[in-house]
Amino acid sequence: MSEPGAPAPRDPSGSTTVVEVRALSKHFAKVQAVNDVTFDIHRGEIFGILGPNGSGKTTTIRVLCGLMTPTSGTAKVAGFDVATQSEEVKSHIGYMSQAFGLYRDLTTEENLRFYGGLYGLESRLDERVAWARERMMLGEIMDRMVLPLSGGQKQRLALGCAMLHQPPVLFLDEPTAGVDPGARRLFWKIIRTLAAEGTTIIVTTHYMDEAEHFDRLAFLSKGHLTAVGTPEEVRSSFGKGLSLEDIFVQLQEQST
Amino acid sequence: MNRERLRSIFWKEFIQMRRDRTTLGLMLGVPVMQLLLFGFAIRQEVRNLPTMVFDLSRSQESRQLAQQFEATDNFHLVGNVDSYNGAIEAVDAGRARAVLVIPATYARDLKRGRPTEVQVLVDATDPTGANTAIGAALLVGQRASIQILSARTPGLGAATPVDMRVRPLYNPALNSALFIVPGIIGMILSNILIVTTAMAVVREREHGTLEQLIVTPLTRSEIMLGKIAPYALVGLVQISAVLVIGNLLFHVPVRGNLLIAYLVSFIFIIANLGLGLFISTLATNQSQAMQVSFFFLLPNVLLSGFMFPREAMPVGARMLGYGIPLTWFLQVIRGVLLKGVGLVELWPQTLALVGFALLFFTFSTLRFHKQLE
Repeated sequence: MSEPGAPAPRDPSGSTTVVEVRALSKHFAKVQAVNDVTFDIHRGEIFGILGPNGSGKTTTIRVLCGLMTPTSGTAKVAGFDVATQSEEVKSHIGYMSQAFGLYRDLTTEENLRFYGGLYGLESRLDERVAWARERMMLGEIMDRMVLPLSGGQKQRLALGCAMLHQPPVLFLDEPTAGVDPGARRLFWKIIRTLAAEGTTIIVTTHYMDEAEHFDRLAFLSKGHLTAVGTPEEVRSSFGKGLSLEDIFVQLQEQST
Repeated sequence: MNRERLRSIFWKEFIQMRRDRTTLGLMLGVPVMQLLLFGFAIRQEVRNLPTMVFDLSRSQESRQLAQQFEATDNFHLVGNVDSYNGAIEAVDAGRARAVLVIPATYARDLKRGRPTEVQVLVDATDPTGANTAIGAALLVGQRASIQILSARTPGLGAATPVDMRVRPLYNPALNSALFIVPGIIGMILSNILIVTTAMAVVREREHGTLEQLIVTPLTRSEIMLGKIAPYALVGLVQISAVLVIGNLLFHVPVRGNLLIAYLVSFIFIIANLGLGLFISTLATNQSQAMQVSFFFLLPNVLLSGFMFPREAMPVGARMLGYGIPLTWFLQVIRGVLLKGVGLVELWPQTLALVGFALLFFTFSTLRFHKQLE
């Protein structure tokens, strides 16, 4: 676990705030994608961002990754302001998209070395590639092309690439789409270990049964934050007897 | 620009290029194939046009005239017809592209010193071939007239009052290959580089790898440079291949400064990479990228003066041609290779190319950057 570039502020509960979102809005020419959203994410948390398509999940993640500047409000990730320090933000986060942004015509090891080079690992590259090989269980496929690998293998390789530079914050955008149940279980096991070691993990997903892995979660609907808290807190805030899936479907119906 | 990041992305591009044998083969094979095809097959002057003779005169004079046609190389006598309809049929059926019609009174008129008419029917469906045939036929007529006149007037000799001497410069043998090969350099550079650059960038987007790249510390300029630098190198290899083969096989000279040829080619390469990048920002998938590329490639072939003389074009088309980098590049590369001239003579064209390179590159860079947001 490397140190974030700047000391993260402490919140009253005593845990360290790694992601700090304050009155964040992002408007496009025609759509107000994110509206006045405020939440905190603490060190070592697995934080879920849930919501139907078009609820502003992807835009929120993109702003937090430093890819878009907010229209108003602020967001700090690992102590850096996403609007003014996007380059620092980028080198302190890992990002894994649902499309597995890996090169299919490169081998597992070449993909790792390529991304390691982009993050400037230099002398630590061999050591970090060995780490990914072991932790992500890539031993058998190091010399194989990515193209024919299974969904689970690609997913673990993508995770390895995203964690190579030991970022304090890891973003997972729909990470388990198209992966079989066994591989999903293995994947979550790895994620929980990373979180236990102090990595803050932010996940978007459609699979409500995965919410059991979240320490806390936020529900977005039409760009507004409708609920934030532990799965238990969120369930109770929507009324008795509702599962997260019920809430999700309700929000989806409201937004169409 | 960070050296380690740039090194990583170059390394990755070269591995990918090496593994994609089909594309690599095309990038190196197509120039050679185009060179061989254009160099050997394309002849702009038409020779041995199949010609029939409809000889009503059946005299020594008429046979002599037919022989003069055969002697030009432009016409090849393939047979006789014995009616006007037969002549038309032969052209209709494609057995002949020209028919020489000599009237019954030919020999008699000549003997009596009267003017006589000879008709040449030419299949003008292909105007290029027809033009050569018409020119050659008129020339045969003039020569025959002079011969007859000088025979009739003793003491006139074979001399004509105006003796037109034409001296073809730079390409005295009127070798088509000499004109075509430098053109191929420009053609290949623009076509292959535009298509492969556009495809390479669109492929990254299609596979989701571009999305992954932009969340890394890699800057947008580094992404772009990493994507296009390998293709610029391929472009230089292509030029060298065409120059060497063109010289060995078709005796295309390098009369000017080779360094200037490469320098100008490099500017031209940058302009085309810019255009390829621009296309990649228009297209969302590889087949679209291909089609948009073709939209830009056709004017390259038609309007640049690669094969069709720009002097023959209507003003509008000629103006449009000035908007194509290849038009300017062809003037420079032909000038340097064939005429042996340099930047002193060709600076306006070179400047135009620099302008295109700056314009395309800046514009596509901005568009590419904006699109990643």
